[in-house]
Amino acid sequence: MTASPRKILSSLFVAACALSVALALVPLVLIMFFVISQGIQSLNLDFFIHDPRPVGEVGGGMRNAIVGTLMLTGLAAAIAVPIGVVSGIYLSEYRGTRFASTVRFAADTLNGVPSIVIGVFAYGVAVLPFRHFSMLAGGLALGIMMIPIIARTTEELLLLVPHALREGALALGATRAKAVITVLVPAALPGIITGVVLALARVAGETAPLLFTSFGNPFFSTSLTQPVSSITVQVFNYAISPYEDWHRQAWAGALVLVTIVLICSVLARLATARVARIGGQ
Amino acid sequence: MRSRDLGFRLSVGAFAAALLLVVAAIGFELARQSWPSLQRFGFDFWRTSTWDPVAGEFGALPFIWGTLYSSILALLIATPISLGIAVFVSELCPPMLRSPLIFLTELLAAIPSIVYGLWGIFVLVPFVRMLETWTPESVRAISLFSGPPLGVGMLAAGLVLAVMVVPFTSAVAREVLKTVPVTQREAAYALGATRFEAIRAAMFFARTGIVGAIMLGFGRALGETMAVTMVIGNNPQVSLSLFAPQYTMSAVIANEFTEATDELYLSALVEIGLVLFIITLLVNGLSRALIWSMARRMPSKAAA
Repeated sequence: MTASPRKILSSLFVAACALSVALALVPLVLIMFFVISQGIQSLNLDFFIHDPRPVGEVGGGMRNAIVGTLMLTGLAAAIAVPIGVVSGIYLSEYRGTRFASTVRFAADTLNGVPSIVIGVFAYGVAVLPFRHFSMLAGGLALGIMMIPIIARTTEELLLLVPHALREGALALGATRAKAVITVLVPAALPGIITGVVLALARVAGETAPLLFTSFGNPFFSTSLTQPVSSITVQVFNYAISPYEDWHRQAWAGALVLVTIVLICSVLARLATARVARIGGQ
Repeated sequence: MRSRDLGFRLSVGAFAAALLLVVAAIGFELARQSWPSLQRFGFDFWRTSTWDPVAGEFGALPFIWGTLYSSILALLIATPISLGIAVFVSELCPPMLRSPLIFLTELLAAIPSIVYGLWGIFVLVPFVRMLETWTPESVRAISLFSGPPLGVGMLAAGLVLAVMVVPFTSAVAREVLKTVPVTQREAAYALGATRFEAIRAAMFFARTGIVGAIMLGFGRALGETMAVTMVIGNNPQVSLSLFAPQYTMSAVIANEFTEATDELYLSALVEIGLVLFIITLLVNGLSRALIWSMARRMPSKAAA
C-alpha cells in the first residue's frame, strides 16, 4: 500500500492550506488576548467619568476622548449619510449608465485612498484656512471616508430588493421617485442602516486622519471649532509615551475601541443575514 | 410623468456628483499644496535621501524605499497564507466551518490599526528583538540581517502589515475562486486529478482575479499608517537590512505634519501624500480592472 507521490503532494497541499488558516488565527488570538487581559486591568468607572490627569498623577480617564470620538463620528455621519445613501440610490437605479460607472469607480477609488491622505486633504481645506485644528476638520475627514462605504452598501442592498416589489409600485402608477422612496428604500432600510453602522465602526477606529485635523485636547471640549480628543489619538499618544500609567490607559482605550468595533460587526452581520433572507436570496 | 422622473434623476444625480467632486477635490488640493515643493525640487525630491527640515533640504527616497520595502515584504508573507485560507475556506473545509472562519478573518480586518500598533509596540517588537538577539553572528554578517537587535524595524513592520493585509487578499481570492465554474473542477477530477491538481487547475483558471486580489492587498499595505509608524523605528535611511529601523511615506506624514512650520516643509510632506495618493490609485485601479475582467469572463456569474 504505497501512496503515489501525487497523492502525497495533494495531502501536503491540503495540510498547508489548513496551516495557513491556523497561522492567520494566531495573531487574532494573541491580539484579543492582550487587549482583553491588559485592558481589563485598567478599565474602571474612572476611565469613563474622568478626564486625563497631568503627568505623574496616577488615575484619571478618557471621558473627554470618549465624548470626542462620539461627536466626531456623529459629525462624520451627518456629512456622509446623505451623500452616501443618495449616491447609492443613484448607483442602483441608473446602474447601466456611464455616469453611474464613473461614480462607482470614484467610490471604489475613494475607498482605497489611504486615510492619512484624506487627513492631509482635510487639513488643507478645513485647518489651514482657519489657522487652527478643529472638531469640524476631523469630522470632515472621517465623513469623507464613510461616503464610499455607505454608497456601495446602499447600492448592493437596493439591488437585493425583489423585482416584483418595484414592478408592483410602477404598475400602480407610481413615479420612479415614489417607487424608490416609498417602496424600495423602506424595504432595504435595515440593510442601509447596517452599512452606516459598519462605516461608523470603521471610522471610529481611525487615527491617522485625526492627527492633524481634530488633533487632540487634554481637556473636555464639545466645541466644533476647537481641537478635540479622540480615543484613537489618545491611545497613540499614550502608547508612545514613556509612562507606565499611560500605557495602562492605552490598553484600556484599545479594549473600548475593540469592543465598539466588535459589537458593530456582529450586529451588522445579523442584520445583513436578515435582509438577505427577506430578499429571498 | 417623464419630466418628473428626470427631476428625480437630476436631484439624485447631484449627490452622486458630489461624490465624484470629493475625489477630484482631493487630487486638486494635494497638487495645489505640494506646488512649492514640486517647483523647488522637481524630480530630485525622489532621488536624494537627505531629509533635513532645518536646513530646508528635502529628499524623499528613504520614505518611498521604506514604503515599497515594507509592503513587498508584507506581500511575500501574506500572499501564500491568504491564498491558503481562500482555498481552505472555499474548497476544502466542511461547510459547517465556513461561516465562522469567514467571520474570524473579517474580525482581523475590523481591528483598528492603532490597536495593531499598540500590540506591535508592547508584544511584537520585544518578540522580534528576541529573535534578532538569537540570530547567530554568521547570519548577521549578511546585509539582509545586519545591524543591532533593536526590535523596531523593517521586520516588525512587515509582520504587522502582513497580518493586516491577509483578510483583504483572502476575502477577494475567495470570491474569485467562487466564480470558477464547477465544470472546471469536475473535468479535472474526471481526468483522475488529485485534489491539489484540481484546485491548481481552478486557480490557474482564476489567475487574473487572484493577481487582482494580491494587488488589492498591496494597495492596503502601501497606505497603512499607524501600525507601521509605531513599529518601524522611524529612521530615514535606505537599508536592505530587515533589522534596520526605517521610515515610510505615511509614517513621515503622521509624525511630522504638525511640526511642519514653514511652507516648504509642509509642502514637501503634502507632496509625499500626493505621490502616495497616485500610487494607491494606480495599484487599486489595476487590481479592480483585473478582478472585473475575471468576473466578466464568468458564465456562472451571469446565470446567478
